[in-house]
Amino acid sequence: MAILGRACLIIALGLALYGAGASIYGARARKQAWVESGRRAVYAMFGVVAIAFVILIAAFIRSDFSFGVVVDHSSTTTPLFYRATAAWSSQEGSLLLWVFLLSAWSSLILFVLARKGKLREVAPYATAVLCGLGGFFLFCSIFLANPFGTLANPPLEGAGLNPLLRYPSMMIHPPALYSGYTLFTVPFAFGIGALVSGRLDASWITSTRRFALAAWFFLGLGILLGARWSYSELGWGGYWAWDPVENASLMPWLVGTAFLHSAMIQEKRGMLKVWNVSLVLAAGVLAVLGTFLVRSGILDSIHAFGASTLGVPFIVLIAVMALGSIGLVIWRRASLRSEHRLDSLFSREAIFLLNNLVLVGLCFVVFWGTFFPLISEAITGDKAAVGPPWFDRYTVPLALILVLLSGIGPVIAWRRATVSKLARYLAIPLAVGIAVPLLCLALGVGHHLEALLMFGIGAFSLTVVAQEFVRGAGARRAMTGDAPPAALLALVRRNRRRYGGYVVHAGMAVLFIGVAASSTFHNQRDARLSPGQTTKVGGYDVRYVKPTFTVADDHRNTGAIISLGAVLDVSKNGKHVTTLNPSRGYYPDLSQGPVSRFYQGESTSEVGLQAGLRRDLWTAIQPDTTQIDRLAAEADRKFPNATPQLSLFIAGTLAAGYARKPPPATFRVIDSPLVTWIWLGGLIVVAGALIALWPAGLRARRRAPAGYGARVARELGRA
Amino acid sequence: MDFLLVLVVLAVVAVVVAWPLYRAARPSPGGPPEVEALEAAKDSKLREIRETELDYRTGKLSEEDWRAQDARLRSEAADLLRELDRAKGKEG
Amino acid sequence: MDPSRKRKIRLVVALTAAVLLASALIYTSFSASSEAKSPSQLMAGAQPGQSYQLTGKVANGSVRHEGSALVFRVRDRTDNTSVPVRYTGEVPDPFREGREVIVDVQKQGSVFVGQKDSLVTKCPSKFKAAHSS
Repeated sequence: MAILGRACLIIALGLALYGAGASIYGARARKQAWVESGRRAVYAMFGVVAIAFVILIAAFIRSDFSFGVVVDHSSTTTPLFYRATAAWSSQEGSLLLWVFLLSAWSSLILFVLARKGKLREVAPYATAVLCGLGGFFLFCSIFLANPFGTLANPPLEGAGLNPLLRYPSMMIHPPALYSGYTLFTVPFAFGIGALVSGRLDASWITSTRRFALAAWFFLGLGILLGARWSYSELGWGGYWAWDPVENASLMPWLVGTAFLHSAMIQEKRGMLKVWNVSLVLAAGVLAVLGTFLVRSGILDSIHAFGASTLGVPFIVLIAVMALGSIGLVIWRRASLRSEHRLDSLFSREAIFLLNNLVLVGLCFVVFWGTFFPLISEAITGDKAAVGPPWFDRYTVPLALILVLLSGIGPVIAWRRATVSKLARYLAIPLAVGIAVPLLCLALGVGHHLEALLMFGIGAFSLTVVAQEFVRGAGARRAMTGDAPPAALLALVRRNRRRYGGYVVHAGMAVLFIGVAASSTFHNQRDARLSPGQTTKVGGYDVRYVKPTFTVADDHRNTGAIISLGAVLDVSKNGKHVTTLNPSRGYYPDLSQGPVSRFYQGESTSEVGLQAGLRRDLWTAIQPDTTQIDRLAAEADRKFPNATPQLSLFIAGTLAAGYARKPPPATFRVIDSPLVTWIWLGGLIVVAGALIALWPAGLRARRRAPAGYGARVARELGRA
Repeated sequence: MDFLLVLVVLAVVAVVVAWPLYRAARPSPGGPPEVEALEAAKDSKLREIRETELDYRTGKLSEEDWRAQDARLRSEAADLLRELDRAKGKEG
Repeated sequence: MDPSRKRKIRLVVALTAAVLLASALIYTSFSASSEAKSPSQLMAGAQPGQSYQLTGKVANGSVRHEGSALVFRVRDRTDNTSVPVRYTGEVPDPFREGREVIVDVQKQGSVFVGQKDSLVTKCPSKFKAAHSS
């Protein structure tokens, strides 16, 4: 099967090369048959890559250890779900997933466009670009990171999945991110196609709009899942560290957000053509850059995936994409001139422009901070790094402005707003926006300017959204006499993009309020406690009641053989609030002695978390295993040839001994407000994006001869 | 066994890809690109008319501002329909 | 004022603002950053009181607890020079001997004192086998 898999990849590479060549030839020689052949090559590429992908996943599920990757990343003791998803925890498997997704979206967009006969001059060049990208990844997969390498003497057992990855959200996180990255390549390819073919009206944007929105959606989802995993599964209690790999996925998302807004301006007014096409090309380049950063090891990061052979080819690809994009835009600059100008600063266009500038500014800040080690090395010879405080200093004010703009944008009209109307419209939201921080101050919430500003601006934005829904439903009722719920539903159904967007704005406001509250007002305590001792965190009393341990009792399904933990009792003013059960799971390291191996391998935190709407109580434990380690080493000396059962028994006895006479353990306890708002805000954003993505119903069109004015009215009624 | 499967895949792929090169040319759906661009512009203009009305009804535009913009947009839409007719008429 | 003049003014204002912000950004990044150094570079010339970002591997057999502090040695990736580090604060899950770490330190006497909570342990290579180090 491995031979079939490898052969499929080689065939796919051939198809990619053929597809690019046939499409370009067909477009230039105006031979439709060759264009169609090129398109079919993409469909075939998808089919063939799918076969290879299925073979790989099947090998993992079957624990077929003749496959080298399966040995390195899975084992017979790994549960089924993680066996199936372990495929993309490897470099080779993740590249294959990338190509699989790329060929899937490419086939989809080309099929949909071909069926309606749209973008016939642009599509062949876009096909060539997509084939080129697919070909690159296939080249890497065949020659540099082969997933189908076989072993002559398959071992009986594999190395197993890294325990840090044994969480469901961590296995969904890569497909979500890769879907985001690969979906961004579709508008990128069509942007290039539009530039090459010279067809620079808005039709290429309209046709790829859903792909850009879907890309934005999946990338955002992937980022959110990563943050959630960091918070609820790692032992540090935070959700964002401005780590290079986190930033790598944030940058294309920021540019994508800007594009989604400015695309609307081009569709309506034919303005910002250069800006739009540049944004889309930048998003594509940043998506590939993000994919590269994660696996190249050029930046020191908590996700150090090690220097690899893929570094140089990726840099070449990114350089080609970036320089090629710039060259094409310069070449076509005459055709990219705007059809109209900005009428007034009091217009939605102006707000969208400002929004774009803020987003691009944010992206630049993140880019500069992420690549600073390389920049400083190039300039001063010393590698220097900037930390989270530097990032926060610039991203926080920009985020404040962004949320403020998201409140003004919906309220202001296109072209030229009526200023008096605008002032009246903003009166209530402004009042709420000023009242909320004052209320917070009155209630004794601390004097932190940026957090209070975010609360006020977030409340302002939420009020604007609520007002939009109320007024919109009211307008609809005035026109059709529907009951309020029906009016609301019809309003959203007929204006999906606008109201879906408003829901997204609301979600982002909630999310940012959560971020501001939890990062500014959290209380954290690291304490070394013996059983019976108490520590105080932000008004709560946390008492270490007793230690716990489990041996070969994996009811949390983490794969840890031994775990040591604690029972913590949390109370406030004498009243019991909750009980938390943090623990640490220990995974064996087979290279160590028979008994000490149980404690010398990886260990992961099982966080004790009580989440709530108002605040989260978070705790992690670091047991002191020095005594256990010492005794385990002695046991290794006494029983060098212990059987697995005896070793486990001894290791278990040591754990029981720990629980009987526990040394002080180190606890980290965090009380942070409104963390749940972050995840809630994210869910609201997801809902809004889905509303905006949802395809509109079929529209029947009938033509009737009449004057053009009446025809416009008729078409409007039908639309 | 594997090699046989590889040959099967190759054969299927070759047929799928070469098919359009050997059969008679089919008329492709959709009109010339100019028509497509005009249709997209028309859709966009219609949407803009509806949204401007929604802006007025939800209180963001005064009545006179709305009537002015609406009249202008409707005449631009009528122009687009005229051009569309001409483009489609040309195609015959 | 005619429209094209208004547009030019807007452009100039926007560009000036952008240039000012970018300069602030660039300037502060150079002053707020800490130099990344390897153990051999630190041994060669570390100024007391100056903060550095130390990167290297945790030397085998060097880890022990002294009260609430964690004491270990960080060695170069390539040769065997190592420096002693005394660290208090949160210790990340993957921390162990042989792992690559990043920690902000200041030279105090003969020991490098780690800044609280600045210890970052690189996740074991996601794209290499779990058992290789």
